Amino acid sequence: MEQSKKRDWSAFLRGMQSVIGLLGLCVVLSLLSPRFLKWGNILNVLTQTSLNAVMAIGMTFVILTGGIDLSVGSVLAFSGMVTAGMIRAGFNVWIAVLAGLAIGTALGFVNGLSVTKGNVPPFIATLAMMTMARGATLVYSNGQPKSNLGKAFGFLGQGRILSIPVPVIILFLIFIISYYILGQTSTGRYIYATGSNEKAAKLSGIKTDNIKLLVYAISGFTAALTGMVVTSMLDSASPNAGTGAELDAIAAVVLGGTSLSGGQGSVVGTIIGALIIGVLNNGLNLLNVSSYYQQLIKGVVILVAVLIDRRKR
Amino acid sequence: MERKSVKRLLTVLVTLVLVTSLVMGCSSGTAPEQGQEKKKIGLVISTLNNPFFVTLRDGAQQKADELGYELVVLDSQNDSSKEYSNVQDILQQGISLLLINPVDSDAVANAVKLANDAKIPVITLDRGANGGEVVTHIASDNVAGGKMAGEYVVQQLNGKGKVVQLEGIPGASSARDRGKGFLEAIEGTEIELVASQPADFDRTKGMTVMQNILQAQPEIDAVFAQNDEMALGAIQAIESAGRQGIMVVGFDAIDDALQAIKDGKMAATVAQQPDRIGSLGVEYADKVLKGEDVPTYVPVDLKLITKDNVDTMD
Repeated sequence: MEQSKKRDWSAFLRGMQSVIGLLGLCVVLSLLSPRFLKWGNILNVLTQTSLNAVMAIGMTFVILTGGIDLSVGSVLAFSGMVTAGMIRAGFNVWIAVLAGLAIGTALGFVNGLSVTKGNVPPFIATLAMMTMARGATLVYSNGQPKSNLGKAFGFLGQGRILSIPVPVIILFLIFIISYYILGQTSTGRYIYATGSNEKAAKLSGIKTDNIKLLVYAISGFTAALTGMVVTSMLDSASPNAGTGAELDAIAAVVLGGTSLSGGQGSVVGTIIGALIIGVLNNGLNLLNVSSYYQQLIKGVVILVAVLIDRRKR
Repeated sequence: MERKSVKRLLTVLVTLVLVTSLVMGCSSGTAPEQGQEKKKIGLVISTLNNPFFVTLRDGAQQKADELGYELVVLDSQNDSSKEYSNVQDILQQGISLLLINPVDSDAVANAVKLANDAKIPVITLDRGANGGEVVTHIASDNVAGGKMAGEYVVQQLNGKGKVVQLEGIPGASSARDRGKGFLEAIEGTEIELVASQPADFDRTKGMTVMQNILQAQPEIDAVFAQNDEMALGAIQAIESAGRQGIMVVGFDAIDDALQAIKDGKMAATVAQQPDRIGSLGVEYADKVLKGEDVPTYVPVDLKLITKDNVDTMD
């Protein structure tokens, strides 16, 4: 009885580790900067974090199956550019948005096909997609940004509902849906099963190929969704948008305690991880830390977090 | 079990303390001096991975120290969405004015509007903003630079000869302005523009385009390339064609060009003065904050670099 109580306590602590890290970070920052806890700043942090977090949730699905998706930054740019191009060409805004989302999902699906039917390692398949989608963006845009996309489209990135920024609401919806899929559905269980032991999962009748196609498509969708929000926020689709975004997304997933070898982790962790990165970015800016040091500090935080994570396994 | 988790908790805390002390260490310079709060000016800069913009930042910092302002600098790492968050963050810091060097003139518009909404005046540096309200724009005067290069060519050729122009990316404002200044300078002289072709600011294209021109033109006295990359490509083409006596003038004063000038392969280049852009930025910020009227565009002088003064450029 006593023993199991202790175990619960330690398991609880383990689960809360990243939350404790986040809270600690917030306490420290609010002591160092009086502006950190202002409502306006909190909304800023949430909006800034929501971009990375939505993409990181898609990435979590992929990483849970033991894969990786390096193409998200380029998929973000391509779908944003296509949507902007369609709006400029006079299409209805929501049709343009749906088309952008569909293209992102399709690119993700192609990643899934390469990984499953083509037997290409995820790192390589998505690396190729990263290059192709970036190239396609440059070809389609001729290297020029597409801007002035109108008020209706601006709502996605700049609008507010009940004074909450729309990107934050989008993140909340994506989070709820993902949390439900992973925790309450058989598909969710199959995703974990595929990641922890693919052979066993196959033998027990799970169609692991379909599961993988699904997770890459989800990652493509969330990348495209982020592309919509970024493009709307800036009122401009830039051909080099999202360069390096895959690294921030992976960092959020890893900080959130999801194992890169698959089978273990959660979207709750990913949200916390994205918040740690977002809070750190914002806090270091508020404290006027030189951008050279900022990158150094972020690297150290990620490394230390993963080292702690390693030790507990 | 319990000991382990305590240990883990300790590791987390130690990390936090480390990060905090790092942060404290790096930000110690921001403490107000002698209890008197200085006015803050924000500078959101496109990148600090490029010496040009680092020099711009240094120029601004120096001026800010001189005039008694605190300069807050955030680096957008050439990413427009990072730029947008930087503007959000810097507005939280209670700045009185925002200097912004945009990553992209289109994508910066919404960031400028954020500052407009917060009633913080905005000054753009080096690149303009295609939206939002900007008090003034401070940038190199490319027309004057092109003119400078043109006048140098006129002077060196004693007002007579055949020249070739290598143009930048068609439609780019820097290409248009540099070409305009150059043509103004040679107008009314006996200098004849025998060829003017775009080579897209690219060294390889500069070479191939120049090769073609060399085929077509038996007599060329000078080449004006709208940037150094194309000038260096042209020099390569001239050398491999074995032609003599062609003077090449470039633009930008990149390191390779300075070296070529030292080696006597290139005649001149026009240097922008990023430190001046930065220091003028703060100077005009000061004027705006004191309520003085400022012009909507402040051109920054350029500098002609030849063999005589190239050694002062390092």
